[in-house]
Amino acid sequence: MASAAVKKRRIQGLLFISPWLIGFLAFTLYPFISSIYYSMTAYDVISPPEFIGLENYVNMAEDPLVRKALYNTFYYAVFAIPLSTIWGICVALLLNLKVRGMTLYRTLFYIPSIVPVVASSMVWLWLLNPQYGIINGLIYLFFNHPGPGWFADPKLSKMSLVFMSLWGIGQTALIYLASLQDVPESLYESADLDGATTLQKVIHITVPMISPVILFNVIMGLIGTFQYFTQAYIMTGGGPADSTLFYALYLYNNAFNFFKMGYASAMAWLMFLVIFVMTALTFKASSRFVYYGGETR
Amino acid sequence: MSEGVKVMHHQKTTSRVLNHLVLIFFAALFALPLFWLISTSLKPNTEIFVFPPKWIPSQVFWGHYKTAIQFIPFFRYLSNTILICASSVLGSVISASLVAYGFSRIAWPERDAIFVVVIATMMIPFAVTMIPMFVVFNKLRWINTFKPLVAPTYFGPAFYVFLLRQFFMTIPLELSDAARIDGASEFFIYRAIVLPLARPALAVVALFQFIGSWNDFLGPLIYLRSTEKYTLALGLQQFRSALLTEWGGLMAASTLVTLPIVILFFFTQRTFIQGISLTGIKG
Repeated sequence: MASAAVKKRRIQGLLFISPWLIGFLAFTLYPFISSIYYSMTAYDVISPPEFIGLENYVNMAEDPLVRKALYNTFYYAVFAIPLSTIWGICVALLLNLKVRGMTLYRTLFYIPSIVPVVASSMVWLWLLNPQYGIINGLIYLFFNHPGPGWFADPKLSKMSLVFMSLWGIGQTALIYLASLQDVPESLYESADLDGATTLQKVIHITVPMISPVILFNVIMGLIGTFQYFTQAYIMTGGGPADSTLFYALYLYNNAFNFFKMGYASAMAWLMFLVIFVMTALTFKASSRFVYYGGETR
Repeated sequence: MSEGVKVMHHQKTTSRVLNHLVLIFFAALFALPLFWLISTSLKPNTEIFVFPPKWIPSQVFWGHYKTAIQFIPFFRYLSNTILICASSVLGSVISASLVAYGFSRIAWPERDAIFVVVIATMMIPFAVTMIPMFVVFNKLRWINTFKPLVAPTYFGPAFYVFLLRQFFMTIPLELSDAARIDGASEFFIYRAIVLPLARPALAVVALFQFIGSWNDFLGPLIYLRSTEKYTLALGLQQFRSALLTEWGGLMAASTLVTLPIVILFFFTQRTFIQGISLTGIKG
């Protein structure tokens, strides 16, 4: 009798989720599995795929541009992820101050993160224009010295992109802000009684209390970095001297400029593997740093 | 605590001023790129290509906007973009709410195990599914149509399903139970009880999807071929590759692409903030 009711609810549940179920099979599972097959073929979309075994993977190991793209991507991740974590928390702390007019400040900090990436890319190209940009104008104003070439300089191009990503921190900062507001006030009050400084309170109370959110953002940052594409495609096209040829950009070039769909699929699988391993490692390392207060409270 | 308040009062006034100064400094830093964008778009070329840069145009010059609107068929791209945005919003709101209902308002044995799969799909990079999807859409002859950009939103995008499920779980189950006793069907409960109560969360999904579609670059880049199908984001890129050093026109075009989103944001700020706190709710 009970099982009849369960059966009915299961059918109803499945009916409600059926759009997702169909989409999952058609737009996720099928492509996911068939991309394994494509990664073992030579395929240019026009003629049918030709099975070549592991050749794409062997070629990848010998492709200097794959190595360069991995290096560039890791370089970007090593700077962008820690900096955006620290910067995001700092901005959130600023926006958590109790002052009048905070709504206006929050708006100003948030807007850059909703500017379309294409538009913000154009703005930053112009801001960091070596000849006429306002940043070099300011450098000249304060230091009486011509500024660097930014995106035109292979040594600085990646850092310029990191710099630009910090401008769009608003979304991340608001997520941190929401978690800051969940930290019980009593913890700060007892720290005040013990004479703790602001910095001590941030390091010993705030950061541990919001550590699950930090972990979430770091993992999203990892996944995002490996898919970092639009800015590099628009602003630098991978140059100068391949210094901004990021993994996703090289993958795109292989797929849609060189029509090496098989090779690009193999690259996508390496990307998936790297993300998977890095996420797993982050999770593993995190158990020592992340505090899940909610579970024991 | 109460005796501390008086002692700290004087300190508090100075620190309040300090707080404002720090906030103003950083707010100016965040506003600088947008200021520079608008300022450049309104300057004649003689004031753009000067060093050291000129902060404010000596007079407002609208010529770059004329160039931008003419060079990229702005209104054509705008209507393409709005069509894609609107159809995607409709798809996401309908499908994600149905799916989220099945994952939160009906108790069935395998429900939570399958929900883990929903979460897991959010971790799969787009690049892995991108190529087979392109092959499929190519076979369907959907390349150079809006369909590949819109169709996936009708199948319960995982992130929105997650968001709505979190919200649906906060609605008391007793409401559903009472309706069930009265003989209401699940679809009726979904339509007449849950959806009206979930309006704020549905607004969040609509807003996020609208902005996502508006800002999307890679999707249109892969699927749209002929220029009359382009979106604003592609049009802006097209402008840049054609007129590399037309900075005034480029900034005017960038302003035009950004402005609708910023205006939308001003009208929907509360929905935004709600959306961000919704992502924060722990499952």
